Amino acid sequence: MIIAAAREIRDGEVVFVGMRLPITAFGVARLTHAPNAVGLFECGLARDMAAQETLYTMSDPANQHGALWASGLLPVMGQLQGGRVDAGFIGGAEIDRFGNINSSYIGDPAAPKVKLPGSGGAADIAAMAGRLIAIMTHDKRRLVDRVGYVTSPGFLAGGEARARAGLAGGPAAVITDRAILRPHGPDHELHLACVHPGHNREDVVANTGWPLRVLEDASETPTPSAAEIEALRAVDRDGFWR
Amino acid sequence: MDKLTGLADAVAAIVGDGDSVVLGACLEANIPFAASYEIIRQGRRGLNIIAPISDASTDMLIGAGCVGKVTGAWVGNVSGGLGHNYRRAVEQGEPCPVTICDYSNFSLGMALMAGAYGMPYVPLRSLLGSDILRSNPAFKLAKNPLSEAGEPVVLVPPLRPDVAVLAVPRADRFGNAHMWGSSGVTQEAALAASRVMVIADELVEPEVIRSDPSRVLFPGYRVDAVCHVPGGVHPSPMVGCWRRDNEFFNDYHRRSRTVAGFGEWLAEWVLDVADHQGYAAKLGKRRDDLRIKGQALSAPANYAVT
Repeated sequence: MIIAAAREIRDGEVVFVGMRLPITAFGVARLTHAPNAVGLFECGLARDMAAQETLYTMSDPANQHGALWASGLLPVMGQLQGGRVDAGFIGGAEIDRFGNINSSYIGDPAAPKVKLPGSGGAADIAAMAGRLIAIMTHDKRRLVDRVGYVTSPGFLAGGEARARAGLAGGPAAVITDRAILRPHGPDHELHLACVHPGHNREDVVANTGWPLRVLEDASETPTPSAAEIEALRAVDRDGFWR
Repeated sequence: MDKLTGLADAVAAIVGDGDSVVLGACLEANIPFAASYEIIRQGRRGLNIIAPISDASTDMLIGAGCVGKVTGAWVGNVSGGLGHNYRRAVEQGEPCPVTICDYSNFSLGMALMAGAYGMPYVPLRSLLGSDILRSNPAFKLAKNPLSEAGEPVVLVPPLRPDVAVLAVPRADRFGNAHMWGSSGVTQEAALAASRVMVIADELVEPEVIRSDPSRVLFPGYRVDAVCHVPGGVHPSPMVGCWRRDNEFFNDYHRRSRTVAGFGEWLAEWVLDVADHQGYAAKLGKRRDDLRIKGQALSAPANYAVT
């Protein structure tokens, strides 16, 4: 999952990586195919290398040490709205077939069944990053037909809805523990693009909350290379992800 | 003017019932937990807590019944996930109902900026397409009046908090403070708030601050009280001073799962502890382990005139 996320980062890109798994993925990308990528953190940081120890949060002293830029939230997040951020990673409680993400409310916002923590910076990243990469656990309760509340906009109702709302960009990939989904066709509906080794297509489809269509050229996610595994070991010293 | 004040006196003088209070301006770091605990001990009610992300601090204040409204982007526990008190307050009105003003991090920072600079509103594109526009009626969807296309923009009203409580690594007794590392919305919060309370980890002579004015994010003349509270950010981290006490957050998350468990936690760590000194003593060796003892000093900057 981490290595699949790392592969979404291209060399030389500026990427929002404000949470645990993407921070590790960023470190792997830097050490393999993307040595010139820069990571941004909404607390106010930019880094060009992974921190030297496992981070609990992006604001930890280990993430400040060796940073390229230590500033405030607005100068960093303002780069998003300024169109200077190539890609951003977010998670959430639910994602739907058009890549909209809910991390705010289950049920009516006025009287919710479950109050989730909220957007944080996710709504900003989803709206303004060049490409959105979502990270989710793959099950039917999380990959739903339509979310009840759009915290972070994907393609909204599909088709041109996102552009009509005034937004460019949009979801490029949803990386789960079973597969990679990508938007396809004029509706921008999420389709199955890759199945991770050890999983099969039928399970992925059965664990998705809408009739998941499969891309014609769908394939198996390439097995991690020796260099990728070595990079993951170097970045994830404490073995959090192993 | 000497603004050095004890923490309890400063909270009593500066934070009133019903006030809007910025508590936690740096996201996960530099959260002035010592001030949150003192607010709980003094039994403030009906506060409007303003913070982009304040880790478990807002959840604790909600559980203790101090909060009537949350103006924020994220409330929970970064280690554990969901905030149990936040959920109980919003879903069941326990211990009291809490109104939510939904923001994203960027819109909250921009709202504080508008408050700081006297802007009647600030236009954003960042919330377009989000249901935050629906659940927070303070935002207004408009058309850009300066472009022919009239593309959609979101108008965000200014936030002018009554109080900002800001934790810094060092300050002098006159309110001049240094900060380094990521600063979140510290500057905007300080400049937007009517009253500013500084929680200083170290108290230094004015010459230390004046030796490097570029590290000052808000001027000392806007500060109303300086409290010298070493380790006042525990369990959150502070660059150069304290590491994050992850296990403390996990313990809080486990124990706050039930109302009774939270009550026991609150008694143990806040209500049955007289003050910050008592809290520090209770942490004991664990506190010493969290203290950053190494040095990675920056190169000095030359301000010489000739």
